[in-house]
Amino acid sequence: MEMPAPDPAILAKKPRLIERLQAVLPADAVIHNDHETRAYECDALTAYKCPPLCAVLPASTEEVAAVLKICHQEGVPVVPRGSGTSLAGGALPTADSVILGVARLNDVLETDYDNRIIRVQSGRTNLSVSGAVEEEDFFYAPDPSSQLACAIAGNIAMNSGGAHCLKYGVTTNNLLGVTMVMMDGTVVKIGGAHLDAGGLDLLGVICGSEGQLGVVTEATLRILRKPEGARPVLMGFNSSEVAGACVADIIKAGVLPVAIEFMDRLCIRVTDEFSGAGYPDCDALLIVEVEGSDAEIDEQLGMILQIARKHDPVELREATSADEAARIWLGRKSAFGAVGRINDYMCLDGTIPVTELPYVLRRIGEMSEEFGLEVGNVFHAGDGNMHPLILFDANKPGDLETCEAFGAEILKLCVEVGGCLTGEHGVGIEKRDLMGAQYSDADIEAQLRVKDVFDPGWLLNPAKVFPLAVTEARRLGPPAAA
Amino acid sequence: MLDTLPGEAEIADRIRAATGPLRIIGGGTRSIGVTDGAVLETSATAGVRLYEPGALTVVAGAGTSLDEIETLLASENQALPFEPPRLGNVLGKPGNSTIGGVVAANASGPRRIQVGACRDSLIGVRFVDGRGDVIKNGGRVMKNVTGYDLVKLLAGSYGTLGVLTEVAFKVLPAPASRATLRVTGLNVADAIRAMSAALGSPFEVNGAAHIPSGEGGQPETLMRIEGFAESVTYRLGRLTELLAPFEPVSTEEDPAAISQIWEQVRDVTPFADVEGDLWRLSVKPSDGAEVAARLPEAQLMFDWGGGLIWAIVPTGCDLRAAVQGIPGHATLMRASDDTKASLGVFHPDPAPLAAISTKLRSEFDPRGTLNPGLMG
Repeated sequence: MEMPAPDPAILAKKPRLIERLQAVLPADAVIHNDHETRAYECDALTAYKCPPLCAVLPASTEEVAAVLKICHQEGVPVVPRGSGTSLAGGALPTADSVILGVARLNDVLETDYDNRIIRVQSGRTNLSVSGAVEEEDFFYAPDPSSQLACAIAGNIAMNSGGAHCLKYGVTTNNLLGVTMVMMDGTVVKIGGAHLDAGGLDLLGVICGSEGQLGVVTEATLRILRKPEGARPVLMGFNSSEVAGACVADIIKAGVLPVAIEFMDRLCIRVTDEFSGAGYPDCDALLIVEVEGSDAEIDEQLGMILQIARKHDPVELREATSADEAARIWLGRKSAFGAVGRINDYMCLDGTIPVTELPYVLRRIGEMSEEFGLEVGNVFHAGDGNMHPLILFDANKPGDLETCEAFGAEILKLCVEVGGCLTGEHGVGIEKRDLMGAQYSDADIEAQLRVKDVFDPGWLLNPAKVFPLAVTEARRLGPPAAA
Repeated sequence: MLDTLPGEAEIADRIRAATGPLRIIGGGTRSIGVTDGAVLETSATAGVRLYEPGALTVVAGAGTSLDEIETLLASENQALPFEPPRLGNVLGKPGNSTIGGVVAANASGPRRIQVGACRDSLIGVRFVDGRGDVIKNGGRVMKNVTGYDLVKLLAGSYGTLGVLTEVAFKVLPAPASRATLRVTGLNVADAIRAMSAALGSPFEVNGAAHIPSGEGGQPETLMRIEGFAESVTYRLGRLTELLAPFEPVSTEEDPAAISQIWEQVRDVTPFADVEGDLWRLSVKPSDGAEVAARLPEAQLMFDWGGGLIWAIVPTGCDLRAAVQGIPGHATLMRASDDTKASLGVFHPDPAPLAAISTKLRSEFDPRGTLNPGLMG
């Protein structure tokens, strides 16, 4: 992936910029030595690296505003960073940019159980939001795989999902308000503890804008009471087509499980070896989880198992204890790590209409032969959000390029059957150049105009989301007036 | 090249050729703003384009009637999750509501408290902007973070950013069984406490409303549970125990009676023939009692656990001034054109947000053609 060449004029004013930033932040919050900025050279898309000009770690909305005001005046690009877990390169810097990390903004500001909300600073990690309300048996629903590490700021930027969004929705459905700093340093508050917007739904377009419209420093989130219980059932099938048909039948029957997860043979084998989950040896595996009291779970699982039996399963395993439930989830939850142990891999994120699952899986298999790279499939089947893992060897010349070309073909296939390029990871740099596969020039232009309104100088995370050629005139335009 | 949809090219032509303002009309049942201009109708876009029950997805032209879509979904035991209200009656604007109008108003009923608003079920849009360009965003899958989410921005934009031509929704299974629990005689503060307790329970309450003047003039606090039969019975029992401190608690299990109760909450029918101006407020539920205290002369109805308040106030009364300082927003839904002009239909945004909204409108509609002045 190409990134814009750094602006020599910006590189030349590094000393002045550092001095100005040090004047508004504590000494240890401005990181500018070469050996230290290297810590911010990439996110979880580690194939691409570039140390930033410097990194700053403000600890309050006021400090964020002061930083942005300076960068705005100096015409310096800013790349916001949550915890750096983006798989799409959303927090990848350029050599002439300032990384604005929100790690020090990690307080809980308010918990309000009567109104079922929590207000947090945006650097707080996803799991620790649930942790803050756990004592009262509440939780925050969106649960991306990286939830132990990822920050709410990044969740909002990417509109993160998770395994349980079939029932609870994704970040945008659980976000009620934000405090956000605009690129010129203006602080705005949008939404709050009440529902919906009185005017245009600005919150809706900010969520998922990949840090290009503003820097969110505080968020009001919806919290929910935990269900009385949850229980997964594991189902093994002899083909992916049959597993896909079973998913469609469960949904059509009116049962809405909280999660339906799918793994193919490669992922079953690798995760089982890694975790000792005891998965059956078969072509496709589903984990279906339902929630409620014991009796409610029995009622729902009864219906689900009845449907599954019609699809000739090789195994149906219902958890009878918390321990067995944990073992069913163990392999799925360690899938990315387990695959990473055997190989370098690229994780894709396209979504397809669930009815197209069998066709898309078959086509991916065929393409795998053509490109000569193996693929494992693990994904959220209930909502069609696929995660093909393409295995490659980073040390073998040309392998990464082949892998990227293969990945692009898979994503184009997702769009072709009525789906999209990314379901929850975001576009970042990874899918930037494929935007034209999904959107017309007019569709993209409409999105660029939104950025023009929020960040007229195109300084916030400017080289992401849209093809570079399309944004060039805007990025290289005259810097916004001080 | 884009495929063209029925009626879309004509809408684009009308917009490009327009020399003055256009007034966008779906079914005309939710027109709350005051706008001038030549009428631009969306009826030619009508028609369901795709319905896949196994994928929980429906796609339809914006001019499709809401009735048609709900009937189609019901034939597969599915439904629009957010329970779109029919406000034609209470607004005095009878007609056949369109799905595009529902989206343009982000209209959401009682289930909003659990499954989200119209915008939360909306997964794709096509629209014609003020330049006459056809733009699509989102699609027909429920997880999609490709580019900016203009779907949300268009929901509730009342035609001021573009004329919707097609909308796509995530749908849900229709509930197999339902029950309603009723507490009578509570004051507003206690009613909101009771609803908060219910909504903060694990029993998946998906409707929570308070009608200060219900059956026989008695205050009624209503809570709804939906799902499979055994589960509904179980949760109804547990919820009755939980709400015991708020006695007397009774239960309603007759399906027709339950439908009638929640339709009146959804459509605000008790206020259809009540004189005065009608306002719609969205506040933090626990502020509901304070709103009631500030509006002693108002008739009120509460939904969303107390967070959505419908208020009838004397003609011309400035409700926003009365509730000033309480976070949230108030929309003037029904009043004379003079009152609407003097008080404003939509809640004024704080200056920095108003500036953003104004700039967004001028980017999408640079000539000010689409419902100009409607929202600000």
